[in-house]
Amino acid sequence: MLRFIIRRLLITIPTILVVITLTWGLIKLAPGNFYTNERAIPRQLRQRIKEKYGYDKPWYVQYARTIWPIIRHQDFGISLKYQGQPVSTIIARSLPVSASVGLLAYLLALLVGITVGSIAALKQNSRWDYASMALAMLGISIPNFVLGPLLVLGFSLTLYWLPPARWDGFFSRNTILPVLTLSAIYMAYIARLTRAGMLEVLRSDYIRTARSKGLRERDVVIRHALRAGLMPVVSFTGPALAFLLTGTVVVEKIFALPGLGNYFIQASLNRDEPLIIGIVAFIAITLLLMNLLVDIAYAYLDPRIRY
Amino acid sequence: MNEDHQEIRKPDHSEGDLIHTPPEFAVAEGEIHILPEDDHVAGTSLWKDAWRRLLRNKLAVFGLVVVILTAIISLIGPPIIRNTTGFTYDYIPSDVTLIKSIPPFKSASGAFSWSHPMGTDNSGRDLLARVLLGGRISLMVGIISTIVSLIIGVSYGAVAGYLGGRIDNWMMRLVDVLYSLPYIILVIVLLAVFRSSTAVGQLVLLFIALGSVSWLTMARIVRGQVLSLKNQEFVLAARATGVSTSRIIFRHLVPNTLGPVIVYATLTIPQVMLTEAFLSFLGFGVQPPLASWGSLASEGIQNIGIFPWQLIFPGVTMALTLFSLNFLGDGLRDALDPQMRK
Repeated sequence: MLRFIIRRLLITIPTILVVITLTWGLIKLAPGNFYTNERAIPRQLRQRIKEKYGYDKPWYVQYARTIWPIIRHQDFGISLKYQGQPVSTIIARSLPVSASVGLLAYLLALLVGITVGSIAALKQNSRWDYASMALAMLGISIPNFVLGPLLVLGFSLTLYWLPPARWDGFFSRNTILPVLTLSAIYMAYIARLTRAGMLEVLRSDYIRTARSKGLRERDVVIRHALRAGLMPVVSFTGPALAFLLTGTVVVEKIFALPGLGNYFIQASLNRDEPLIIGIVAFIAITLLLMNLLVDIAYAYLDPRIRY
Repeated sequence: MNEDHQEIRKPDHSEGDLIHTPPEFAVAEGEIHILPEDDHVAGTSLWKDAWRRLLRNKLAVFGLVVVILTAIISLIGPPIIRNTTGFTYDYIPSDVTLIKSIPPFKSASGAFSWSHPMGTDNSGRDLLARVLLGGRISLMVGIISTIVSLIIGVSYGAVAGYLGGRIDNWMMRLVDVLYSLPYIILVIVLLAVFRSSTAVGQLVLLFIALGSVSWLTMARIVRGQVLSLKNQEFVLAARATGVSTSRIIFRHLVPNTLGPVIVYATLTIPQVMLTEAFLSFLGFGVQPPLASWGSLASEGIQNIGIFPWQLIFPGVTMALTLFSLNFLGDGLRDALDPQMRK
């Protein structure tokens, strides 16, 4: 087990470097620069900017200048657009916003999704089953940038119950609508995955054994079925959590939250090279670590799996 | 070892359900190549069976009907509107007082009128005509990008699965890396580097960009299928009779993965449409005067408080179509995967 974890961690490092290199290459291929503006910049000024940021050097020098501090000191440099702000500071500032909204949304999705999915599986082909699965499908089909504004329209602009936008800390009514918007699709996915997993498990022999030895239905479901039935949900958790933590771009844009996703889109539009690379690397690391955690959780939940 | 835990690690539900296709499914299809006289019996019964099962699934039939209706209406709708009310998707009335968003079933003066059943957008363009055009473009993006992803994903997965060993390991490692690359930047850069001056050119770019980032899961599914197929007798027979590797892959193995591939392709279409809408929402997708449901919704969001119909009509139309496509894909999976047979 330990050997497996160490090897996976070692594979992570070259993977991250490949990701960084690919991102760097794509940015370099793109026309335009962070200083491109509607107004033309005088030639001398442009030359000065190029010299200052090393853009006049050949591509391999530029690459080395980017990649070396990252390898040596995990230093992603200073943002070009938010002048004087190190990339790490920007990430450290915006991550808590994304992470808290994302985690809250995911916990809500787990709670509702597993409950609804289990009920649907236990009462397969009942009215409950059909209704909840239709609702789940609806959750998957409504784009979050349609759902979000519709919630705003309903709860803020018509009923005046909740504020429509802005970040006001974790424990505020401003958090409710973004969390709801974000969790809808995950709720739907988790409900479907739980139902599918539970259906398969409930038909298996050991559940029949558990029932026939006279266990209460509640114990059969909670102690025996859920543990195996939730495997698909566990494997979905890794990628989902990473995207929740980082990629909440739409929700952050709709509700004007100062999160990581918002900065990422801004950075891409601004060609803010260090910031793009920093955020991409951060997302990639999160994703890889989450996948590792999922694998470990797998081995823990399913005794048949050995690494 | 490496391969093993990859298999365990990524059973995202679509793949997990599909990988374990029982052998009788594969063999029945495989016999097509070996015993041509059985072709008729074996071939049609599988697909006929699947079709019958699909028709029994009410939700899937509902999905199929809605999708076909949406396609037909968005195809024949615009010419009908042009001939009855005279509006097209890019017609901006020259009358300056008209340049404001008109609510559904209202005229510019506020009286009841049939001329704009969905109202107008900010520039006074008929929203119905634009939603129908959006339907054309969104469906087109969905279908064409899915075909692009099919071509890349199926060949990549089949080659990796069949060749196996170190090549397979490296090819799948690349897929892992691409998975962890936030694809959105890839698409944004693709759209920016090769930015086209024409709206149609931008559309073609969108097809390629979306197709080239959505093939990863398809490659994994096909690889899993090929892994389980490649040791079967019909492949052995083909190899023994000296059939070339590429012919074995594309004529013998790929046709046998068709069931899961069709199912996943059906589920890719709504995903691609969502991604397109997301890109258009951020301003990287379809450019005006053309429109997609995503770009219309994103224009509508700006005015959500004052002109809610600008979001509601394209948004609801899109959600309904995606809903139907998802149900159709689910139904197809149940119909084509004999393991799920009740």
